[in-house]
Amino acid sequence: MAEANVVGGIIGGGLIGLASLMLLALNGRIAGVSGIVGGILTGSAGDRWWRAAFVVGLIAGAEVYALAPRGGLPLHMQAQGLGLIAAGLLVGIGTRIGSGCTSGHGVCGLARLSSRSLVATLTFIIVAVITVFLSRHVFS
Amino acid sequence: MKTAVSALLSGFIFGLGLAVSEMTDPARVIGFLDLAGQWDPTLLFVMGGALAVTLPGFAMVQRRPRPLLAEKFTMPTKKEIDAPLIIGAAIFGIGWGLAGFCPGPALAALSTLSPSVAEFVAAMIAGQWLASRVELRLGVGVQTFCDDEG
Repeated sequence: MAEANVVGGIIGGGLIGLASLMLLALNGRIAGVSGIVGGILTGSAGDRWWRAAFVVGLIAGAEVYALAPRGGLPLHMQAQGLGLIAAGLLVGIGTRIGSGCTSGHGVCGLARLSSRSLVATLTFIIVAVITVFLSRHVFS
Repeated sequence: MKTAVSALLSGFIFGLGLAVSEMTDPARVIGFLDLAGQWDPTLLFVMGGALAVTLPGFAMVQRRPRPLLAEKFTMPTKKEIDAPLIIGAAIFGIGWGLAGFCPGPALAALSTLSPSVAEFVAAMIAGQWLASRVELRLGVGVQTFCDDEG
């Protein structure tokens, strides 16, 4: 088993939960990142500002931690070249068709006790586990 | 304007949380998904930490008549578990398993200025656009993102 980041995980997760709760309590919106980004492209004009602001904040928040004295932002890419592009396309297509990702279905959907989100979350985790198994242990 | 400021703040805290939990590192995510390898349970603690806030928090907030800065809650309306939900989640799962990136962490990792992350994000947005075009063609994409789980 790899060294787990238990404290960082729980605190970081708590912050993600807090951010999602804020967006719901203040703006009445679900903090689903794929949906927020998708809406910048296809949403109505008046709706684009808060979406763009959320994405800017998301990048800035990570940047601030990267620059913090005891922070940092380790990055170990797991795919390169065409594999990386293909993965990006699949994530974009899949989250659009399945109307959500780890944040919208996982964090927010499960908190709303949505059965659709529960099914989606279980599906993408199981498929991702199978994908990792096949790509790393069978066809590696 | 007010909703843009609150969204900026929410996004900031969200990005901070992704960075603190190291979910911006695809190695952490693949470590969680790789059950046959050196399993890394960190993602489980992240989900636990998030749900510990959202589960009670959402229940409390949804009892209020309206959000503080907007006229109404814009919640997903779909209830039925249909084929697009499962097919889409499965397609997303393949991409997630290949790269170890889902949309939030990938966007947050743009702050590293890594060209590879930018490539992934560009492909992801292209994929969303492509899927929305196909949905429009088929006439099934009439619903807007407001209606989605996000």
